[in-house]
Amino acid sequence: MTEYNRVVIPIGPQHPSLKEPACFTVTLEGEKIVDAVIGIGYNHRGIEKACESRYYTQIIYLLERVCGICSHTHTTAFCQGVEELAGVEIPRRAAFIRVLVAEIERLHSHLLWLGVAAHEIGFDTMFMYTWRDREAVLDILAELGGNRVNYSINTIGGVRRDIDDSLKQDILKMVDALEEQVKYYRELARSETTLAARLAGVGKLSREDALKYGAVGPVIRASGVDFDIRKVDPYAVYGEIPFKVVTDTHADVFGRTVVRVLEMLESIEIIRYCLENMPDGEITAKAPRRIPAGEVISRTEAPRGEDIHYIRSNGTEIPDRVRVRAPSEANWHAMKQMLLGQYLADVPITIAAIDPCFSCTDRAIAVNSGRETELMDWPRLRQYSVDWYKKRGIDVSSVKMPERRSYF
Amino acid sequence: MSLIKKAIDWGTRKSPWIIHFNAGSCNGCDIEIVDALTPRFDLERLGILQRGTPRHADILVCTGAVSLQTKDRLKQIYDQMPEPKFVIATGTCACSGGVFDGCYCVLGGIDRVIPVDVYIPGCAVRPEAIISAVVKLLGALEAQQKGGGKDAERRSDYSTVGREIQSFEG
Repeated sequence: MTEYNRVVIPIGPQHPSLKEPACFTVTLEGEKIVDAVIGIGYNHRGIEKACESRYYTQIIYLLERVCGICSHTHTTAFCQGVEELAGVEIPRRAAFIRVLVAEIERLHSHLLWLGVAAHEIGFDTMFMYTWRDREAVLDILAELGGNRVNYSINTIGGVRRDIDDSLKQDILKMVDALEEQVKYYRELARSETTLAARLAGVGKLSREDALKYGAVGPVIRASGVDFDIRKVDPYAVYGEIPFKVVTDTHADVFGRTVVRVLEMLESIEIIRYCLENMPDGEITAKAPRRIPAGEVISRTEAPRGEDIHYIRSNGTEIPDRVRVRAPSEANWHAMKQMLLGQYLADVPITIAAIDPCFSCTDRAIAVNSGRETELMDWPRLRQYSVDWYKKRGIDVSSVKMPERRSYF
Repeated sequence: MSLIKKAIDWGTRKSPWIIHFNAGSCNGCDIEIVDALTPRFDLERLGILQRGTPRHADILVCTGAVSLQTKDRLKQIYDQMPEPKFVIATGTCACSGGVFDGCYCVLGGIDRVIPVDVYIPGCAVRPEAIISAVVKLLGALEAQQKGGGKDAERRSDYSTVGREIQSFEG
């Protein structure tokens, strides 16, 4: 086919299949996608910069609003990092509550995704079913934190809300009812032929490509890679909780669906374990207002994958730098690979399958100059300057450089 | 009042179609809007449908503090909507910028770009609040239509409805 036959279709920023603003420019040959450009950044609000002018406690509430769906994960990652810098050990009960809320959040996030994915393929009945079930989870979160979406459980040094016996019974009841439903969805995913026929083979991402583009979360696990921060680098009390990492080898949208449904069953088991084994005691440890100077990287497993927070402190109440690498940001790189060779009609579900969160993604502006770039280390940079001046007849090689203050 | 105008007024009142646009929100209010459309709250029983295109919509339900990137798009979407049209600013960010007020990439509330009829504060807003805001908007609209039908005049002064429903306490 010639260039003439190609059609360029812009999708977004406002589009029925996108719940958030992003612009995908898709080039088609007939119905097949031959090129895709992903334009993001519509939700960039400058949160990282805002963190540099707020106190640590204020930042918790700001970072909670990086993303309304996985709000607990972001605050967990941040609080964990700050606690490590300050040398604060959180009480065991607080660690259990953090894990418990994280897993309840995973349930709500995966149910939400299942509904959205079903909606994208025109299976609105399932959309309504899953969102109905999700209400029970939100009720528990509302009871726990007082709000349905941003529940502010975490604080530096522990958690803000305790779990009493009646709430514990409520959670167990919710979990029991939900387990039935999730098992039904599992059966549906396995036996419903239309669902399998629509999802299988769509958005293929091989194991090699998943590793190459650095996909995370259910996307990489559906490509058969056994990668889960809860197992790889256990935080809070995940190290002592028995659970298995769900993987699948379909490497397509169907595989991602299966992984998420089975993960919900694992989450339910973790919630039960937490409630049974939660020790009594305090829920907060005292944390200093001024955080000692230093830098830290903190990782958590969000419902969408690995969430990384980098915090650099200068010894005051306000951090020097906060960097958030949200999971969706990592998954975008593999997106083009998934879209190429697909049909146009598969675009919405392929995009939805990574469970994209644009508000998470739009962290920083990437500038692509189109040139080859390379990283120069310190000695090479020094040599470069010596050579540069030598060409102009100045010899600076005898000048002693001061010791470099090293962050890295 | 012509028959066609009567029909349009009645249609807007009885079955408003909404379009949802995220202008830089954290997703919290967005999922609550979708929540309001699903079985527990079920806005559809009131005849309210979510549409994919602004050209079919009567009410723009907008979330989030407006970021510099979405500013022009928001204006474009508003301009594409047919008259009469209404805007609901959903969530504290949409009302005033919320926690993001002062960020370098954030313009502020929705009303910095387009006229807003109803403000719903809350972080995140509860679906009940969204339903109540829609019902109040329709109530105010009906009162206005019955009181003389000054449709053209109303649209020339955007904030008329907004003044009647200054804010909604969630």
